[in-house]
Amino acid sequence: MLADLTSWSPQLFAGLYLTVGMTFGGMAIALVLGLLLALGRINPSRWVSAPVAVFVELIRGSPLLLQLFYIYYVLPGFGVRLTPIAAGLLGLGINYGAYLSEVFRAGIAAVGSGQREAAESLGMSGGQTMYYIVLPQAWRIVIPPIGNYFISLFKDTALVSTISIAELMFQGQLIASDTFQYMRIYSAVFVIYVAISIPASLGVRWLERYFSRSGQGR
Amino acid sequence: MPLMIEITGLNKAFGATRVLHDVNLSVEAGEVVVIIGASGSGKSTLIRCINGLERFGSGTILVDGLSLAPIDMGRKKTSAQLKNIRREVGMVFQQFNLFAHKTVLQNVMLAPMIVRNWDWDKAETTARRLLERVGLADHIKKYPSQLSGGQQQRVAIARSLAMEPRVMLFDEPTSALDPEMVGEVLEVMRGLAREGMTMVIVTHEMGFAREAADRVIYIDHGRILEIGTPAEIFDNPKQERTKAFLSRVLKH
Repeated sequence: MLADLTSWSPQLFAGLYLTVGMTFGGMAIALVLGLLLALGRINPSRWVSAPVAVFVELIRGSPLLLQLFYIYYVLPGFGVRLTPIAAGLLGLGINYGAYLSEVFRAGIAAVGSGQREAAESLGMSGGQTMYYIVLPQAWRIVIPPIGNYFISLFKDTALVSTISIAELMFQGQLIASDTFQYMRIYSAVFVIYVAISIPASLGVRWLERYFSRSGQGR
Repeated sequence: MPLMIEITGLNKAFGATRVLHDVNLSVEAGEVVVIIGASGSGKSTLIRCINGLERFGSGTILVDGLSLAPIDMGRKKTSAQLKNIRREVGMVFQQFNLFAHKTVLQNVMLAPMIVRNWDWDKAETTARRLLERVGLADHIKKYPSQLSGGQQQRVAIARSLAMEPRVMLFDEPTSALDPEMVGEVLEVMRGLAREGMTMVIVTHEMGFAREAADRVIYIDHGRILEIGTPAEIFDNPKQERTKAFLSRVLKH
C-alpha cells in the first residue's frame, strides 16, 4: 500500500500544487472584488448600490458549480473563451468576492459612526475617512471571518475539477479510475485535505483570539 | 468685533418632528457662547449643523464668511464648501471619538498632514506642543484605550486644535466623564477661552457656564428662548421655562 502511495504521490502533489494555487489566486481576486462590492453597496447613490446588491444576491443565491459551468461553457457562446485555469480563478473569485463583500460591509458598519464624524469634522473627505480611519479598523474585525472563508475556498477548489483543472481532487479521480483503488486513493486525498485545513483553522482560531485581545476598536 | 458665526432662519426636522424652529444666532470672534437646555431640546443638533454633521431643512449658516446652505449638504458628496468650513471649525464630542487604531501622537498629526498637507516635521512639532499644553506629553505613544476618559478628551481637544481652527464646537464634552475628570477638561477649555478662541459649547456644567461664558443661550423644544450674559440668565431669567429649567438643574 505504501508503495502505491509513493508511486501516486507525484501526481497527487502536482494536484495539491494547483489546489493551493487556485486557493490563493481565487482569494486574491475575491478580496479585491469583495472590497469593491462592499464599497459599491454602501455608496450613497442608488444607481451604484442597487446593481451591486442585485449582483451580490444573484451570486450568493446560486451554486458555485453552476457559476463555474456558466463561465466555462456558456461564456464562449458570447465570444469569451477562457482557459480552464482562468475560468476557475474567475468563478472562485467572483463567488467568494460576493460573500466577502458582506463580510467587509459588516466590518465597515461595525466601525462606530463617531469615528467617521470625528474624521469628517477634521475636514477629511469621504475617501480619506474610509482609507485612513474606517478600513484600517474594519480590517481587524474582518480578518478572522476572512480566514474561515479562506479555508472554505481551499475545499471548494475541488469543484474546479469539473472544468478539467487537474487539481488534487481531479488527480485523485484519475488515479482511481486507472487503478480502481477507490478506498486507498480517496483516503489519501482526504488525508491531504484535512492535513492542511485543520491546522489552518487552528491558525484562524488563534488569529481570532489575537485580534479580540489586542482590539483597540469599539 | 467681526462675526464668526451667523445662523439665520435655521429649521430642521427629523421626519415629522421639528427639532429646530427658525433659529437665529450670531457669535462674534473671540466670544464664548454656552448653550444650555434639557436633553432633546435640540442644542446638540444646533451645533452639529454648524459644521454640517447634521443636514438642515432651510436657513443659512455663515462661518467666517463661508456660507453653508441646505444645498451644500447633498446626499452624494461632501461639498467643497463644507470641507472648507470643517477645516476652520474644530469639534469635540461627548464620546471623544479618538481614532482607536492610532496612537495619541498619530491622532493629532493625521488631519493636518492629509487635510492641510503639512509635512511630517511640522505636524509632529505642532502635535507635541499641543499635547504638552493639554498635559499629555508623557502619553504620546499610547493608544486611546490605554487612557482615562479625561485624558482622551484632552487628546481630542489637541487633535482639533492641530487643525488651527477659527472656531471650536464642544458637544457636551464632560458628560461622559467620571466626576473627578471633569475639572481637567474644563481647565483646558478655560485656557482656550482666555486666549480668545471663539467657542460654542453645549454643556450641563452650569458653574463653568457662569464663569467662562460671554453669553448663555437657553434652548427649549428647538427654539432659542433666552439669550443673555451669565448673570442675566442665571440670576435673573425672564422666561418662566428658563427659571423652571434652572431650578431643576441647579438643585443638584
